[in-house]
Amino acid sequence: MSGIWVFAELRDGKIIKVVNEMLNAGKGISAKLGENVAAVLLGSGVESLAKDLAGMGAKTVYLADDAKLKAYTPDAYAKVVVDLVKQHQPSVLLFGNSAVGKDLAPTVAAKLGVGLASDCTGVEVNDQKKLVFTRPVYSAKAVIKVFCRDNPQMATIRPNVLPPGELDAGASPEVAKAPVALSDSDIRTIVRDVVKSAGGKIELTEANVIVAGGRGMKGPDEFKIIEELANVLGAAVGASRAAVDAGWRDHHDQVGQTGKVVNPSLYIACGISGSIQHLAGMKTSKVIVAVNKDPEAPIFKVANYGIVGDLFKVVPIMTREFKSMLAQ
Amino acid sequence: MKIVVLVKQVPDTETKVQVKPGETAISTDGVTYVINPYDEFAIEEALRIKEAKGGEVTLISLGWDKAAEALRTGLAMGADKAVHLNDPAFLGGDAHATAVALAKAVKKMECDLLLCGKQGIDYDNHQVGVRVAELLGVPHVAVVTKLELQDGKAVAHREIEGGSEVVEVPLPAVITCQKGLNEPRYASLKGIMQAKKKPLAAQKPADIDASAGEVGKAGAKLEVVSMSMPPDRPAGRIVPGEPEDAAKEVVKLLRNEAKVI
Repeated sequence: MSGIWVFAELRDGKIIKVVNEMLNAGKGISAKLGENVAAVLLGSGVESLAKDLAGMGAKTVYLADDAKLKAYTPDAYAKVVVDLVKQHQPSVLLFGNSAVGKDLAPTVAAKLGVGLASDCTGVEVNDQKKLVFTRPVYSAKAVIKVFCRDNPQMATIRPNVLPPGELDAGASPEVAKAPVALSDSDIRTIVRDVVKSAGGKIELTEANVIVAGGRGMKGPDEFKIIEELANVLGAAVGASRAAVDAGWRDHHDQVGQTGKVVNPSLYIACGISGSIQHLAGMKTSKVIVAVNKDPEAPIFKVANYGIVGDLFKVVPIMTREFKSMLAQ
Repeated sequence: MKIVVLVKQVPDTETKVQVKPGETAISTDGVTYVINPYDEFAIEEALRIKEAKGGEVTLISLGWDKAAEALRTGLAMGADKAVHLNDPAFLGGDAHATAVALAKAVKKMECDLLLCGKQGIDYDNHQVGVRVAELLGVPHVAVVTKLELQDGKAVAHREIEGGSEVVEVPLPAVITCQKGLNEPRYASLKGIMQAKKKPLAAQKPADIDASAGEVGKAGAKLEVVSMSMPPDRPAGRIVPGEPEDAAKEVVKLLRNEAKVI
């Protein structure tokens, strides 16, 4: 048996973006390996999403639909995925590098006793028809290429890096319903509550645009001008470690080596000097804009566009200009 | 309560990484090593639980000779004893092989709770804690920012996209720690002096019933093909002028030249 499998992660009942990115990559791999692309869909009352997965390139959708799979738990999800893998023996198994993927993939890999390449930013097929994954290490201060010795070859894929595919609205999948044999005693983790952050914030690791503030912001209230710019751009708000350690922003917002590694299309760094730890977290952004008073700040070495000046003057003007540009 | 903490020694975050041509690991020349920052949260949490409820904190690290320094630092913070998996056979492994060795070592101890960082800041794998839990047959909660222990169970707040999840697991369990959980203490001078007398046992594969083939490089399931430096970003440009003019110009460039707006 064979197959290139993509785990179809859902959030709030919708397929997350990286699933399309992985299925699109799967099409390329499929052509080289001569194996079909499939999606693995787990949840409760989710069968209608199988068609969407077909539109993204999944020929087969392995569907496990059960009330016990309504909320993600590593015990239940890993058992179902491992049972499916043992039955069908796929050669490749990909997950998004999300909170769920980062939890589920190593659980599944450990149960199967196989390797797992974490947080990959690229994949190619070598002469031996093995998948070679590119992954940043030391927070992107270096890059390694790895392959898995055994099947399934497993990886988590960083969101927003691989190009998404065009959707085929007319596609319909072959749905393979997987039996779910779960008893209450299989599930040791009980989800008591899910607490959403205020304001429906955009997740930094998935954001297309990020506006971030650092020590130069001078205080928590001053982040208001960052938020105003972010609102206009539909951007996520980030912060440097200095701003987080000062207590101005929550650690959820921290970008850098001990925070989040981000890769948006546009990163606007305001009052951030650009320490080596911060650069490690954001320098893979496609376009970087830096606003800083200090012309010697290291951030200017990685910025595509730099403005040497007072951010409290510059940022509100940028907000106003973007607003009128986007209104046109 | 017996608490075990997995500790990894990693290059300091200030480190400028250098890769020599043909090598598959970074150059260790001139690199300063520290306790993995996320493991510091794990040590601190273990110490706080011990202070509140009593018990014993044992540290385990897998690594070269120098990794003993990280264990001494943890002992100086207040941990009671340490185990160092120190043998060439343990080195060069991936997350699988490392987890196999750590789980075998933990099996030799009493353990009601196992804490570690959510990931090492060197290889950024975020796998070892979860894998150790699987190998031990206990549940895990990953990326935890708040932890409460009640009768035989742990209630943990775990970071997810756009918020957090409150989950409950029976003990023993593995908890992987995230920034926000606590503020790690510094080792006091007294602690540093006391740490010198605390037990730090070096163990070989035979001590944990591991065969040389299942740990380290021989036991790895991932093969590293190459390591390289990422390409440099092309030099950018400073947009000159007064704030008003420069800001307007950059906004235009982002649309017309960079085409990201």
